Amino acid sequence: MSGWPLLSLVTFLPLVGAGIILLTRGSPELVARNARNIALWTSLITFVLSLALWTGFDPDVSDFQFVEKARWIPAFGITYHMGVDGISMFFVLLSTLLTPICVLASWEAIETRVKEYMISFLVLETLMVGTFSALDFVLFYVFFEGVLIPMFLIIGVWGGPRRVYSAFKFFLYTLTGSVLMLLAILAIFFQTGTTDVPTLMLSHLPSTMQKWLWLAFFASFAVKVPMWPVHTWLPDAHVEAPTAGSVILAGVLLKMGAYGFLRFSVPMLPEATAYFTPLIYTLSVVAVIYTSLVALAQEDMKKLIAYSSVAHMGFVTIGIFALNTQAVTGALYQMLSHGIVSAALFLCVGVVYDREHSREISHYGGLVDRMPIYAFVFMVFTMASVGLPGTSGFVGEFLVLTGAFQASTWVATLAATGVILGAAYMLYLYRRVVFGKLEKDHLKDILDLSWREVAVFAPLVVLAIWMGVYPTSFTRPMHASVVNLVTKYETAAVPHSSAIAAARR
Amino acid sequence: MTTAQLMPALPEIWLAVAGMALLMIGVFRGDGGTRNLSWLSVLVLVIAIVLVLGGTPGRTVAFGGQFVTDAFAVFVKVIVLIGSMVSIVLALDYIEREEMARFEYPVLIVLATLGMLVMVSANDLITLYLGLELQSLALYVVASFQRDRIRSTEAGLKYFVLGALSSGMLLYGCSLIYGATGATGFEPIAQSISDNEGAASIGLVFGIVFLTAGLAFKVSAVPFHMWTPDVYEGAPTPVTALFAIAPKAAAIALFVRVMIGPFGDIVADWRPILIAISVGSMVLGAVAAINQANIKRLLAYSSIGNMGYALVGLAAGTESGVRGILIYMAIYIVMTSGAFAIVLSMRQKGKMVEGIADLAGLSKTHPGMALAFAIFLFSLAGIPPLAGFFGKLYVFLAAVEAGLYALAVIGVLASVVAAYYYLRIIKIMYFDEAAAPLDKEAVGRGLEAVQAVTALLILLFFVYPSPVLTTAAMAARSLFPV
Repeated sequence: MSGWPLLSLVTFLPLVGAGIILLTRGSPELVARNARNIALWTSLITFVLSLALWTGFDPDVSDFQFVEKARWIPAFGITYHMGVDGISMFFVLLSTLLTPICVLASWEAIETRVKEYMISFLVLETLMVGTFSALDFVLFYVFFEGVLIPMFLIIGVWGGPRRVYSAFKFFLYTLTGSVLMLLAILAIFFQTGTTDVPTLMLSHLPSTMQKWLWLAFFASFAVKVPMWPVHTWLPDAHVEAPTAGSVILAGVLLKMGAYGFLRFSVPMLPEATAYFTPLIYTLSVVAVIYTSLVALAQEDMKKLIAYSSVAHMGFVTIGIFALNTQAVTGALYQMLSHGIVSAALFLCVGVVYDREHSREISHYGGLVDRMPIYAFVFMVFTMASVGLPGTSGFVGEFLVLTGAFQASTWVATLAATGVILGAAYMLYLYRRVVFGKLEKDHLKDILDLSWREVAVFAPLVVLAIWMGVYPTSFTRPMHASVVNLVTKYETAAVPHSSAIAAARR
Repeated sequence: MTTAQLMPALPEIWLAVAGMALLMIGVFRGDGGTRNLSWLSVLVLVIAIVLVLGGTPGRTVAFGGQFVTDAFAVFVKVIVLIGSMVSIVLALDYIEREEMARFEYPVLIVLATLGMLVMVSANDLITLYLGLELQSLALYVVASFQRDRIRSTEAGLKYFVLGALSSGMLLYGCSLIYGATGATGFEPIAQSISDNEGAASIGLVFGIVFLTAGLAFKVSAVPFHMWTPDVYEGAPTPVTALFAIAPKAAAIALFVRVMIGPFGDIVADWRPILIAISVGSMVLGAVAAINQANIKRLLAYSSIGNMGYALVGLAAGTESGVRGILIYMAIYIVMTSGAFAIVLSMRQKGKMVEGIADLAGLSKTHPGMALAFAIFLFSLAGIPPLAGFFGKLYVFLAAVEAGLYALAVIGVLASVVAAYYYLRIIKIMYFDEAAAPLDKEAVGRGLEAVQAVTALLILLFFVYPSPVLTTAAMAARSLFPV
């Protein structure tokens, strides 16, 4: 490994950019232009640097790589411990990829307080990358919770008419879950004497305690995923947030919950995980079917995609808790795919919202006549969301269902209906917005994608198809870590649930 | 008495002498020299800090066991002295503008600070009472400093009457404790309890209850908090800032020293009282603040809640609990100083305003001030990576270690409720449009400096937290002789 603290560089570079923006002075137009440029370049450089994580990643090692360790709070044994493995590496990349895209997507849409907006996004990027690469529980918590501050401001300052309500709901829902997790972290610290994640993965906690801790973790991660029935903050937050806010929310923030399950709940509390798996299955299946039906009935495009996110994350949680190699790989894949596809779908909504300032589905129709490129882009992501073979969505859903079928036939069967419902609401949305006759007068002179917008979508289209056609580039680095996770889980959970383990074989 | 025996009390002696000298200067110079006198008082306090830090390290007892200095005392004294200094600086412009620039103001603060230092070093119930009364009497006067305004005099009177009542309870508690143990010194009391094999007699428990009630009044913990919102609202704003900063730290420190020192062996007897007090404070502080429209009242409820969190550490009754309290108080002082520096900068058309709604649109008209206030509020709400989070982390750490899970769960849930009202202010500053913007012109160098320095301290605490954490740990250890 090179001597460069690559991971810290990727984490804190955006913060440097934010600091530079903070110091810019001059006329409002000049400040806004400089803020946009600095934010774009900082996030692009960060992205390029983060690519080195992928190229330098050794896919045969299941352990953490690019590890950095430094003293931080010696009085409490908390270290600044960073590192990525096959599970977290792609989330770091997802965060660094989506940030420049968000900056670019907000280029013209955000006109007020551009400086503060760009600072918020760069700070958010630091916190997101930090969340996925922190290897100390308290450090993780600091990043995980810190995300609330910029996101609260992004929704509240640049959001829609009901932004205040949504921002508060988002903040308080998430905070309530998280503070309980904080207590669980402290309890773990007293049980084991450390908050270091790799060490904790090897230590064994008493099984009664595991259940309480698991519930505390669940309170935090389930809200973040979000799982039914604590998902209600999500549609509100998505609808009111500015486009880029929705992109980050759907693309990255939702993944933090699922990542938390994979990183903490499963390896540290295996017995409790086995014990509570039926609960997760139930909630996930309800989420998949119920929220798909709700999505079908939506009149607001953003709300529809928000509900579809809840349904897709239901697949993810099924995959995580089915806990075999296919299912977990599928869950990870589905998260990445959803991170790209739902982000792109929100951007698609943003494109027409910027032109028409309406998110009502009935406001549109027949856009294909005036906006062929847009129609194509939207179609690619609709198909990817539906899970058409050859797109990223297919691989994830297929692997999850295969894995889930081995764990529980019923869960797989019920979840599979979600795929059909997903096709129904997405195609219905697409038909109403893009197809049909262009009859509405206000749409007669709507413009197709600009070069800037094409630049925003191009990388996402490429990725959605690449992930669908050649998944190995992505599954290969994941594989060793996933196998390691599943094997460890099986040995740890066996005394408690030999039946499940037997069934899995 | 030899000089060597006086040495531990050198900072206190210095403050007493210097306070009287300042009084003389004030008398001869008149009210016109208040600004210079204020800066001179700041200098006196700086010298006191130097004396505190330069004192003999380790535990020293003086005045026949009545007075003690140890790492704990040093830590709290430094906080208290800094807090008093900030209070004087915050008041500089205000007292001139509001025509209350009488020379007694800084002198009274110096004398109150002397009382606080004595409280922190008390090793005997008598010393405790002396320090507490010296502090309180000075503060009663300061509360009613705007003697021609009804609100200020009312605040002063209310504070005085209720304060006298609480002092009475405290004294009654002391006398019961004396009756049960036959001693007023902390070590003899502890000795007497351990002679009794750690069993507390009924008289002693009653004594502790009254003592706790008196001290709870001083830290404004539920159910003895009623005076706080009224006094905070009524007193001139710099005085409110003064109340919220240094005396809180001193009173909490005194509380800790009394409970851990003589009664450390019978934690189980007094822990339920403290759990009740701290749960009450956290919950009431969070819920009652939601509907406040006046920023000073809101900060009053916020301070009640914050005292509740600090007392969580005391309820644990362990070394890490004390460490948590010290860290919490150190951070609390900085946050509160900053928040009051903001409140003191709120002026509309040359007049002070106190409504939360007056902050509307602050982020557009005063971006720097809004940012600083947002940092304090997020920190008060305990959101990482700001300093307030670490304060809460350490007290809850102690609670979990002591097995007080229910207390910890109630505490964190109350902090979510509290987050709501802190967020409400941020919402008003950032999301709302300004109806009547605050004045643009500079509010004074001192205030701006306090805002900037405290905001940076809170924001960047996480980068290098270990000096504060390590010193607090050492200070806490000094209370628990091996």
